[in-house]
Amino acid sequence: MSVIIILLIISISIAAVFLAAFLWSVKTGQFEDDFSPASRILFDDKTKPTN
Amino acid sequence: MTKQNQPTDYGHPVQLRTEHFYYDNSIVRAFGMATVIFGIVGMLAGLWAAIQIYYPQASLGLAPTTFGRMRPLHTNAIIFAFVGNASFAGIYYSLQRLCKSRLFSDKLSWIHFWGWQAIIAAAAITLLMGKTTGKEYAELEWPIDIAITLVWVIFGINMFGTIFKRREKHLYVAIWFYIATWVTVAMLHIVNSFEIPVSFMKSYSWYAGVQDALVQWWYGHNAVAFFLTTPVLGLMYYYLPKAANRPVYSYRLSIIHFWALIFIYIWAGPHHLLYTALPDWAQSLGVVFSVMLIAPSWGGMLNGLFTLRGAWDKVREDPVLKFMVVAITCYGMATFEGPLLSLKSVNAISHFSDWTIAHVHIGGLGWNGFMAFAILYYMVPKMWGTSLYSKKLATNHFWLGTIGIVIYAVPLYWAGFEQSIMWKSFTPEGQLKFQFLDTVNSIKPFYILRSIGGSLYLVGAFFMVYNLYKTMKAGSFVPNEPAEAMPLIKIKSEQKEYWHRIIERKPATLLVLSLIVVAIGGFIELVPTFLIKSNVPTITSVKPYTPLELQGRDIYIREGCYTCHSQMVRPFRDEVARYGEYSKAGEFVYDHPFQWGSKRTGPDLAREGGKYPDSWHYNHMYDPGTMSPGSIMPAYAWLLENRLDTASTPAKIRAMQKLGVPYADGYAQNANSDLMQQADSITAGLKKDKINTASDKEIVALIAYLQRIGRDIKGEQNSTAAQLNK
Repeated sequence: MSVIIILLIISISIAAVFLAAFLWSVKTGQFEDDFSPASRILFDDKTKPTN
Repeated sequence: MTKQNQPTDYGHPVQLRTEHFYYDNSIVRAFGMATVIFGIVGMLAGLWAAIQIYYPQASLGLAPTTFGRMRPLHTNAIIFAFVGNASFAGIYYSLQRLCKSRLFSDKLSWIHFWGWQAIIAAAAITLLMGKTTGKEYAELEWPIDIAITLVWVIFGINMFGTIFKRREKHLYVAIWFYIATWVTVAMLHIVNSFEIPVSFMKSYSWYAGVQDALVQWWYGHNAVAFFLTTPVLGLMYYYLPKAANRPVYSYRLSIIHFWALIFIYIWAGPHHLLYTALPDWAQSLGVVFSVMLIAPSWGGMLNGLFTLRGAWDKVREDPVLKFMVVAITCYGMATFEGPLLSLKSVNAISHFSDWTIAHVHIGGLGWNGFMAFAILYYMVPKMWGTSLYSKKLATNHFWLGTIGIVIYAVPLYWAGFEQSIMWKSFTPEGQLKFQFLDTVNSIKPFYILRSIGGSLYLVGAFFMVYNLYKTMKAGSFVPNEPAEAMPLIKIKSEQKEYWHRIIERKPATLLVLSLIVVAIGGFIELVPTFLIKSNVPTITSVKPYTPLELQGRDIYIREGCYTCHSQMVRPFRDEVARYGEYSKAGEFVYDHPFQWGSKRTGPDLAREGGKYPDSWHYNHMYDPGTMSPGSIMPAYAWLLENRLDTASTPAKIRAMQKLGVPYADGYAQNANSDLMQQADSITAGLKKDKINTASDKEIVALIAYLQRIGRDIKGEQNSTAAQLNK
């Protein structure tokens, strides 16, 4: 069952990658606003004068 | 970027120029077309295979169109060609709009597109030719595996490049799902595809037996998770709010369930191996994670359905939303059922039966298929600057599909349950109540119903083809859609400084990190050696296959026997009574790849060796009906004609030696003389039963293998079976 060691290492390193991504996203404020991103995608950015 | 141009959040006057750019719709159209074409092809292959289950003559007696080759074609076409292309289309469409940026590189987009289609074409040809690794959903041979890796890297560069040059600071949750898909699929594919090439289109899995099984289902389940679930959830988070024109129910929930999902999913794989020879603790690990998965999965489902709160009137009107509602509901059902099926007591009944097939088709037809249809119905009118040709036709498609799913799944659930209970039934005297064939015959009507359900679903898909075609005709395609957005400046400069600071301040951290990365790399290179050492047999009577048996085993793999026959006797009274002693991990140490299977359309073969005379197998392969009347197994008449390719024997032996199979040094040269000797003795035996065949036919090798399966252990210990039989 030594293969489980590979699987563990790979799974954990992938998890570590995701953890790093998570920490990065928290640090850079990706999740500070959990309201407007959901609405923002609804607006189409068709070519027209903004504001 | 100059300092004074840098925008700040509030109050400060900033100087920004709106940038004009174009979204690339051509690549989305290409992937969309491929989705439709391969969706139809994959479903046709599935229907054809489904009909063969109750009417084996539908194989036309041709090797390439027999179930064992059609089934991998169907699964690969649906997963990688249909859902794969749909995901790429949906991702490339939404990613540009979410990042407010054209895709990173048009050239890479097109390499990605044509590369992927070339892989699909190669897959279709090689699978029908019987070139297969024999590992489910990873059947493609090593050159195609390499091509997949390369194209996947291209896709990654293109996606991350787009993300890096985005004009929107916030990464919308859908993008997180896309990223997770890319990262994890890359890893899964590479790890599961470790194989040693024997020739251009033949390889052996690096892992053996129980280890191979664990890697395979670790891959197999995560393929479901990260190829069929996360990208499609990402699509849901973009297209559902867009189609309903209202924000997702809870953005916070979407973030939480995303992170929970990806951290939990990775270990659910062993639930495919409950009660097998996989060590118990690994099985339990899989169960625990599978049960936990219900929380993040339902988080996604509820978030999707609640998005439509107060907007159900729109569902009545809009076919796109109709499809999505059923898709999300099916996702919820499948992800509720998944943890349920992972419980050992449920799995004892469901595994190897049609229950599993019903379960995956709730996911496949309902969740994946309907989401793919929904995004096509959404994107095509948008990109052609028109509205859908016929809402009514789309609604009819929706109903045909939905009813099709019900008629597909319900009979199979019933069939799975009924057959499994019959397998486990004993008479009051303690004998098995039903022959295997009895149980098959009792569920044949359900197989017929299932193919009717599938046909309805397919007819619905044709409705869509026509509808989309008319929509395209009515509109005019916009290959480059103009858009404008403010540039994103702030995040870049700040981020650079941030990483820069780390390098300056914490060189030690960086060193440690890079060491870890290198160590992981080194470890991956070294581990195969460890693996081989640990493959020292734990059961002394288990010996490597003879050259003829090895060749026969490769024919077994080529014909896809594993798609209908398991080689894994679970430690249950009925299975031990029906098949023989339960399987042990030590029996499979020379099995590259493992052939445990996942479905018993036919009986288990783990103890097949010695059960019937050679002549029985000969006649049975020629026409199964003569040996087991009413059998639904197709005939394999070409095995009686085909000459065995003995030229490959030395290479095969050498490859096995590299994998640690203890053939004597230099045996590769003598292997063929042993092979012919064994073949001659089989033909001599057949002659006694009035069957004349030459020793160099494929059937001889296959008989040799079938007569070998599960035999090694028989001589040594038969006490367990005897005890359990009492």
